[in-house]
Amino acid sequence: MTVLQAVALSKHFHAKRGFFARNDSVVRAVDEVSFTIKTGRTLGVVGESGCGKTTTAKLVLGLEEPSSGSIRFEGKDLRELEPARRRYYRKSVQAVFQDPYASLSPRMRVGAIIAEPLVTNEKLAAREVRQRVLDLLRLVGLPARAAELFPHEFSGGQRQRIAIARALSLSPKLIVLDEPVSSLDVSIRAQILNLLRDLQAQFGVSYLFIAHDLAAVAHMSHEIAVMYLGRIVETGEAHALARAPKHPYTEALFSASLPSHPDERRDEVILSGEVPSPLHPPSGCRFHPRCPRAMPRCAEEEPKLRDVAGSLVACHLYGEPSFPASTSGANPRIPLF
Amino acid sequence: MTNGALLELVKVSTHYVSSRGARVVRAVDAVSLSVDAGETLGIVGESGSGKSTLALTIMRLLPPAAHIVSGQMLLDGEDLLQKSPAEMRHIRGKRIAMILQDPMASLNPLFTVGNQVAEPIRVHEDATRANAWRRARELLRAVRIPSPEERVLQYPHEMSGGMRQRIVGAIGISCEPQLLIADEPTTSLDLTIQAQYLHLLRELQRAHGLALIFITHNLGIVAKMCDTIAVMYAGRIIEYGPVRDIFRSPAHPYTQALLNSIPRLGDPGQRLAAIDGQPPDPANPPAGCAFAPRCMRALARCHIEAPPESIPGDGRTARCWLATPDLSRVAHLPHNPAEAGVLS
Repeated sequence: MTVLQAVALSKHFHAKRGFFARNDSVVRAVDEVSFTIKTGRTLGVVGESGCGKTTTAKLVLGLEEPSSGSIRFEGKDLRELEPARRRYYRKSVQAVFQDPYASLSPRMRVGAIIAEPLVTNEKLAAREVRQRVLDLLRLVGLPARAAELFPHEFSGGQRQRIAIARALSLSPKLIVLDEPVSSLDVSIRAQILNLLRDLQAQFGVSYLFIAHDLAAVAHMSHEIAVMYLGRIVETGEAHALARAPKHPYTEALFSASLPSHPDERRDEVILSGEVPSPLHPPSGCRFHPRCPRAMPRCAEEEPKLRDVAGSLVACHLYGEPSFPASTSGANPRIPLF
Repeated sequence: MTNGALLELVKVSTHYVSSRGARVVRAVDAVSLSVDAGETLGIVGESGSGKSTLALTIMRLLPPAAHIVSGQMLLDGEDLLQKSPAEMRHIRGKRIAMILQDPMASLNPLFTVGNQVAEPIRVHEDATRANAWRRARELLRAVRIPSPEERVLQYPHEMSGGMRQRIVGAIGISCEPQLLIADEPTTSLDLTIQAQYLHLLRELQRAHGLALIFITHNLGIVAKMCDTIAVMYAGRIIEYGPVRDIFRSPAHPYTQALLNSIPRLGDPGQRLAAIDGQPPDPANPPAGCAFAPRCMRALARCHIEAPPESIPGDGRTARCWLATPDLSRVAHLPHNPAEAGVLS
């Protein structure tokens, strides 16, 4: 069953230059992005800074209003929800952020932090709240006495467990995980990733998992969407995508990810240049100035997402048969493993 | 350890002492390692393991509360610990250079990039202003900064994170040092930019025969870049040796667990082997082996006695009782007399 669906979702920011300037330019932070998150499944979103992954998360959390396109939750367009359903949506979609040092109030006891969503959203007796907090603490592997302590008394990994307990308190349908392990120590990351997977298996909660660590995303996700400058350039089943990326950007991204063993040799694709400013995205395919396999057509025409062996890929290499040279040239796979 | 290594540390210990001397943190505890010219050493550890203190110890740039209490640090056979501050100033930047994690914090926002790249050349090589600036432009070209003639006149805020980190790299290599220490050089960079930067560092290393020390928490960087790895835990090197051997057959349970806990591209689905618990508080380390409370294979003695350094293979060392099955033999290894003291 589909929990959340984004249809041609866009978020444009206006960047005015100077006080009197008339010609304001537009940053298309998220540009016609569509994806589906199913019950109990994880959608991983990867991309470099400025690709729009955090804006996408904010749109899903309702922290930003989309400029166009829509988000459908359990089949209903968010903008058409009556206030009661909207409250239900807010309860059903929760977040765990990157930095557990910034996302927990230093002046509240952990018990109060976890109880706050319950107190504001549900009419529960104090004793029931207390019981729920203890249940949640046990669920994330913290002792009951943690409820009486302050966040500074915990390590980063334990704080992230507190943040997860808070996100779980309202039994959400979807949790947005924005870089949930990147601020944690290496030996702690696996603990948190395992905990997130256990909770998913237990409660059937869906995740929108945003991270730059490709191996962690591939490990956690059922589907992956790769974003570049506000657009999804490739999306598909996680392991197929990680094993055989099709879009040249996905290829470069996965070849740039670090090996897990010194014997693991990859053909490196070192991209030249940097991600261009989203204020002035390149014409045609936004990746073409850095693409090692760009063709003249790429500068002119923006490729659409099309089905390539089960994945959706936006690249002219996988174009119509009228370009036989490019389609045959598309197959020399860069071996990843 | 090989003779004639470029840098050799022999049982170096650095302690942080609180103002009244009441609390002592053994941030770096009897660390020995060596780096040859052209070699890359990766020092891996979690936060609080002492890896950054070790880097600052080599540079002798420690904060006032930290004291190097014992050991020798030989650079080309000269003990850096015997050098005066003035002599150290001639070594730092000239023979040993360092790249820090955050390029925005290590560049001065008030000076142009050209100024900052030219500064070490003017200081260490007595170059004229014009010559130093010419070198600065060449260096920017060497680190692949487009149109260096214009870029030297710009300020750090006018550049992207990747470019700033390359500028820091240009400053690092400006006086052609023998040894470059990079402390988490790519953590603030995007993936494709990180790949560019690592590629660049490797080219610079080949071109200049640089010895590189990578301080990192990322085993992927070690797998990709390094010849030798030193795994630190609670201030000690608990495993040391050639990267390939250690990734293939780690001797210490911590190294094993660390390698098993990273998700890998290409083997999907399996549960990660997490390490329970947390790294110890460096101010209050456990008795015996510091890893014992988290160790799956800890023996009774691990909680009482710290294990000695043993030699599980060629050019390797490990500090674990499991790697020293026959204890009496280890205690009587002739070249290891100091370890016997640890045992008694």
